[in-house]
Amino acid sequence: MSEVTENAGRLDAVAPAIELIGISKAFGPVQANKDISMTVAKGAIHGIVGENGAGKSTLMSILYGFYKADKGSVKIDGAPTVISDSHDAIAAGIGMVHQHFMLVENFTVLENVILGAEDGATLGSSRRRARKELKELADEYELDVNPDAVIEDISVGFQQRVEILKALYRQAEILILDEPTGVLTPDEADHLFRILRNLKEQGKTIVIITHKLREIMDVTDSVSVMRRGEMTKTIATATTSPEDLAEAMVGRRVLLEVDKKPAVVGETVMEVRDLSVTDIHGVKKLKHVSLELKRGEILGIAGVAGNGQSELLEVISGIGAATSGEVLMHGESIDVSKHANAQLRRHRGISHVPEDRHQRGLVMPFMTWENTAFGYHNEPEYSGKFGLANQKYMLEDARGKMERFDIRPVIPTLVAHHFSGGNQQKIVLAREIERNPDVLLIGQPTRGVDIGAIEFIHQQIVNLRDAGKAILLVSVELDEIQALSDRILVMFDGVIQGERMPEDTNEGELGLLMAGVDPEAQS
Amino acid sequence: MMDFLTNDLLQLSDSAIRFATPLLLACLAGLYSERAGIFDIGLEGKMLVAAFAAGAFSALAGMSVDDGGWNMGGAAVWVGLLAAIIASIIMAMIHAFASITLRGNQLISGVAINFFAAGITVLIGQYWFKMGGQTPQLHEGQRFEPIILPFAKSLQDVPVLGPVYHDLISGHNIIVYLSFVIVALTWLILYRTRFGLRMRAVGENPGAVDTAGISVVKLRYSALIITGILCGLAGAYLSLGTAAAGFGKDMTSGRGFIALAALIFAKWKPIPAMWATLLFGMLEAVGSKYQTLDLGFMVLPGQFMQALPYILTVVILAGFVGKAIPPKAGGEPYVKER
Repeated sequence: MSEVTENAGRLDAVAPAIELIGISKAFGPVQANKDISMTVAKGAIHGIVGENGAGKSTLMSILYGFYKADKGSVKIDGAPTVISDSHDAIAAGIGMVHQHFMLVENFTVLENVILGAEDGATLGSSRRRARKELKELADEYELDVNPDAVIEDISVGFQQRVEILKALYRQAEILILDEPTGVLTPDEADHLFRILRNLKEQGKTIVIITHKLREIMDVTDSVSVMRRGEMTKTIATATTSPEDLAEAMVGRRVLLEVDKKPAVVGETVMEVRDLSVTDIHGVKKLKHVSLELKRGEILGIAGVAGNGQSELLEVISGIGAATSGEVLMHGESIDVSKHANAQLRRHRGISHVPEDRHQRGLVMPFMTWENTAFGYHNEPEYSGKFGLANQKYMLEDARGKMERFDIRPVIPTLVAHHFSGGNQQKIVLAREIERNPDVLLIGQPTRGVDIGAIEFIHQQIVNLRDAGKAILLVSVELDEIQALSDRILVMFDGVIQGERMPEDTNEGELGLLMAGVDPEAQS
Repeated sequence: MMDFLTNDLLQLSDSAIRFATPLLLACLAGLYSERAGIFDIGLEGKMLVAAFAAGAFSALAGMSVDDGGWNMGGAAVWVGLLAAIIASIIMAMIHAFASITLRGNQLISGVAINFFAAGITVLIGQYWFKMGGQTPQLHEGQRFEPIILPFAKSLQDVPVLGPVYHDLISGHNIIVYLSFVIVALTWLILYRTRFGLRMRAVGENPGAVDTAGISVVKLRYSALIITGILCGLAGAYLSLGTAAAGFGKDMTSGRGFIALAALIFAKWKPIPAMWATLLFGMLEAVGSKYQTLDLGFMVLPGQFMQALPYILTVVILAGFVGKAIPPKAGGEPYVKER
């Protein structure tokens, strides 16, 4: 409590917009938030950074009334406020843009905005008022959205604007955004930041949760760092650096740059020719894509999620079928029809770390020793007597992989979903990399992975490259693509929009390509 | 040909409406439940319990005191209707408790309700009336009578419109008229009211409703209460509003499932639900009017004719009607993310 009185002594004339005092929250045995106190000044943009599972989202969900804190209290504009559900939060002037948008996809923008904030039992007057106010908000904050558009037909960038509009329509004075840029192109992210600065000028208070340190440096006035449920540091953004923040997040010094030697590029290993994919709804996901992958290089594929990268990986790895085109491995054609066998791919030296490790990379309720063998479980070394599995060897093998890949805790009988995101990813990587493939396909290698593990995973990928293997990297994180790739392809709407060498390009140019604009054609 | 039009077609349409009524009510009942995100294969069970409650309580209310009844005269039918609605709501609340509060599997809860209904109705029926699970034959005052609309008799001779008005539109009981009113009402509720907006939202993305400060649980319970009321009406119609005039064992004979098929066919929308159930009603009418049908080159047996609605159900459920997208959150209990 001493901290609170101390704070009170330092109060300016204006009470802080948000004051959290001693918030604690446990989910079963996991202490998600430990005695957290935080103050956000009125009219400030405040960032909260931390690794996955550090408790950022939990803290903000408590503020928004989504979860109930075990201990602690909240003051809004200096007044003690009890927030027991989202209704209370909205009444207190708090709006939240969740990481996974809380929109009804087959509703129009207008319907989503009025849902829960209707004027009366019938909808007529609500619709008229909302239409008028949306227009005003659009003019004031660059938040143009067609009120009659259906959510599932508009891009994620627009969907996010709808979320912001929802909050503003409910007279929110405090806006919380959870990982707002994860799904945006750099251009859209810049637009978002413009909107946020604009809101700030109008006196709104903004809290932004992110793991992207660059955004924190760009847009916030002050920043809090969370680590393992505790708030380790709150500081004015101007007085800190990304390195310091990363250290506070992880608890040790981390390398934010990838340490790699120049690539020694060899002959072509894999060739993709004129590959097209049409999905079951008749939508063309991949349109005549051709590329070459060479020994000793990391070929990065950049793009906003959903522009055909997933389909490309699926076809090459044998999970999905191509409508036309071919894939050559060492000059020999491999089956890309719907009869393709993903298992045979492995025998031809293609390993795959899927984008979605929960769905495709691991069997979550299974133990680690099973997960480190899956896909290769028919290989002779895993087979014992009478055609049964050689469990003893599999356990040993798993233990070895866990030690070499720093997967903690080293318990081969632990079930996959008990591991953190980073350790889960390392289980998949250990399985695929230790097969010593000629080609490694790797999708979103560090999605949901904490900074410490990102450093390790990136190093493993670079090591494999230095061993003369070819790596096809798909990532929606532009930073990751730029840090790792020896060559970059940008995909947009199923087409390779451009090819760049990382040293000759910059984020702005790649961002334009990701949005489907050819910067060269423009100038 | 003229004869066919005036007599057969009118007669068929007339009985199609009668057959369609319980389907329509059950279909709309399912619409409320599924639009709110709760799968309900227990429509059948709810209807059956309602039909039994209606038959039993109407009979009891109409019987003389000497026979162990309450001698309520013409009010008996309303007692039966009320009993049907209450019984059906109780069943709906069991389903609601299992699937909303306890977050159980909605299909299993629905199956359990169907089995429970099939057993309990016969068990109590036998215990009360000792007629092998049936309820006593209902007489005037204990059942719904046809309503002759104004001028039906006098306009009967007006060509075309006269017979249509007299034979087709006039002469049904109150529940038939009510069910068509409920179609319009449902459309209004769904698309023009706050409750409807929220209900549609909770079936698509309960998270959006929760974060908008609205209780998901209350909304879903409210929707299921409406489902209960409508299944109650459907069940009451079967025992109080048809020629059966009383409850018989398993008298719903799969209508709850046909209603579900119609709901899918109608893509969870009220007006199409009306047309879909009328189509099923028409098939049932054809099946019962023509015991065998001579097509010239072959004769369709009566069993085939009677199986028509069920065959259509299978065809529809097998997905021959194009893509039907159910409410997205259907069947999944709402749990806040962790």
